[in-house]
Amino acid sequence: MSIAVLTLAALSFLFASLLVLAHRKLHVDEDPRIDAAHQMLPGTNCGACGFPGCLGLAEAMVSGSALPGKCTVMNEDEREDVAQFLGVDAGAEEKVVARLACAGGTNVARNRARYEGLESCRAATLVAGGGKACFWGCLGLGDCEVVCDLDAIYMDDHNLPVVIEDACTACGDCVDACPKDLFSLHPVSHHLWVACKNLEKGDAVLADCEVACDACGKCAVDAPAGVISMVDNLPVIDYSRNHNVRKAIERCPTGAIVWFEKDKGPVAGRAAPKVIRQRSRQSSPT
Amino acid sequence: MLGLAHNDSFSHGIHPPEMKDETSHLSIRRFPFAPLLIVPLSQHLGKPAVPVVRAGQEIVRGQVIAEADGFVSVNMHAPASGIVKKIALAPGIGGNMLESVYIEPYPASSQEVQDGEPCDLDTASADDIIGAIQRAGIVGLGGAAFPTHVKLKPPEGKRLDTLIINGVECEPYLTTDHRVMLEQTADIFNGIRYLLKATGAAESLIAIEGNKSDAARKLHDECPSDLPVSIRVCPVKYPQGAEKMVIRSLLKREIPSGGLPADVGAICVNVATTAEIGRLLPRGHGIQERVITIGGPGVKRKGNYRIPVGTTVRFALEEAGAAKDISRVFLGGPMMGPSVSNLDIPITKGTSGITAFTTVQINEATGHQKIYPCIHCARCVEACPLFLNPSQLGILAKNEEYDRMVEDYHLMDCFECGACSYVCPSHIPLVQYFRLSKKMIRKLGAAQ
Repeated sequence: MSIAVLTLAALSFLFASLLVLAHRKLHVDEDPRIDAAHQMLPGTNCGACGFPGCLGLAEAMVSGSALPGKCTVMNEDEREDVAQFLGVDAGAEEKVVARLACAGGTNVARNRARYEGLESCRAATLVAGGGKACFWGCLGLGDCEVVCDLDAIYMDDHNLPVVIEDACTACGDCVDACPKDLFSLHPVSHHLWVACKNLEKGDAVLADCEVACDACGKCAVDAPAGVISMVDNLPVIDYSRNHNVRKAIERCPTGAIVWFEKDKGPVAGRAAPKVIRQRSRQSSPT
Repeated sequence: MLGLAHNDSFSHGIHPPEMKDETSHLSIRRFPFAPLLIVPLSQHLGKPAVPVVRAGQEIVRGQVIAEADGFVSVNMHAPASGIVKKIALAPGIGGNMLESVYIEPYPASSQEVQDGEPCDLDTASADDIIGAIQRAGIVGLGGAAFPTHVKLKPPEGKRLDTLIINGVECEPYLTTDHRVMLEQTADIFNGIRYLLKATGAAESLIAIEGNKSDAARKLHDECPSDLPVSIRVCPVKYPQGAEKMVIRSLLKREIPSGGLPADVGAICVNVATTAEIGRLLPRGHGIQERVITIGGPGVKRKGNYRIPVGTTVRFALEEAGAAKDISRVFLGGPMMGPSVSNLDIPITKGTSGITAFTTVQINEATGHQKIYPCIHCARCVEACPLFLNPSQLGILAKNEEYDRMVEDYHLMDCFECGACSYVCPSHIPLVQYFRLSKKMIRKLGAAQ
């Protein structure tokens, strides 16, 4: 009995001293500011900054390779706090949000068939492209809403996702989730926006969706030369030029090109038809 | 049956209702030309063909309208004499938009086909035949639409000893291969001669399911004595017609995971494809029409039709007389055929049939079907012809554990026959889960 106790005591003493030695020998001096900065970050680990989680950004900020402005989740004051704590410039990064290139909710876009199966856009895409008449349009089953950890996307009454700009951190999860590739990340200063991806033109497009781009090209004519060009029956905005031209949307006959206004969301031009229908558009069978 | 070799089958599998009696006795009839034919440039697996006609051009039935782009690609031929309206996007089977040639046939367009450069069996070399098959635009007519000439050239170092002609046709409702075997018997044997020469295989086997005994009898009786062909009758079971299952049943060889039939020295060609090779090559024609079964409870005048490629499903159903409350349409059979979301898609070389159901039947079969959790009854495990574990795969797919699905449960071997979904008492859409998982795995693999 006593031998056992003594052996165990000796062993535990031995291992304890080994641990103490290892602790001294292998000790790494970590900047205490990393931990403190990490505490100040929001902890969502969304990855929008481009670093592996909030700790990654904290390390980068302390080492000087990134500025607090990289974090799109914090508000202005919080960013300033972190900047003051680290004694660096906050670094003004413009807010970037996810934007949806489709306006075809169930009230304006026609369904050609009724989809039955797993409630997921990605699954529906594999069954004859889903039931929507427009091949490029939003299927409205909400994969983006599910994938968004920050609750920045909700599905509206017409099964179209809406991005809450204040909550969106541009982490890009919805961009990956959408099987139709409708989401992309844009600075909030990009007011001019084409909310359609339909590559066809003319009346055939409008039969499928009332707010689709029918490739009339009026926006390209109205904008200063070079800002909007028509490529594959869709207007493409050159954001490297001065794109702050609201008049480009005014003559759009369908409202496919819109103006994003702070707190108001997408606004269509004067010539766009006012859709007041609340219920779904009638679907023709198969 | 005297003189016919009966064969064992593979393990597992299911027995769905065959539903072939309504059309199996109806001989193949010609279909009229639709007022507009839409010929997609990509009807096969591989690179789309390159159009060689332009809008406004006058074309003759059988003329090449698009040429193969590279080795894994085939030619396209004009299904009717008429005028090319435009070359533009048109909806395809997958719901995607495909570059297609729109053809407006002349009202009195003849069924005559312009002759091309014939491929003479006696003088042509193996490579000549393979080239001729590519020029004729021949793809697997069983449904996969894989270019046939690519199959005929096995990878370096592989030798083919057995040519299997697949006339199993295990999909419910479809009777095209059955009718082709009865009506194009001579073409089939002619095609076998071409295929044997092209592959260098020593013998060939024709696999037929037991419910087509009249076809087996006819092939047996009319087989030329100098041709090394034997007819094998397999028991009726689904999915007997899958390439892996046919080879398993006939040769008792198992294709390794991720491998090709060439790995076990076999090549498997659909019987309708063989008949087309035997019919088209001596005249230098190309595929501009194919035999399909238009059937199912939603069709009034069911039958087997020789239909021009590019005819829309809508026109086909109108001609065959669709029921008013038609609700679900499959291209091919109901087990593996894709359901369509748009009736304006064209029938392509890979379409083996149109099966239409009415609202009543769909509601009886799957209407308001709730998906319940897996109860681990293992019926899917007993059904899976590849000995996979669909139950576990389904659970992993739901949890998006794609790595484990591939590494531990061999998801990529699944050929989506649907036997597991068919037997599942909890109505879990297993095959849909697997298709989605495969897509996600490919996407994640491409991103890395």
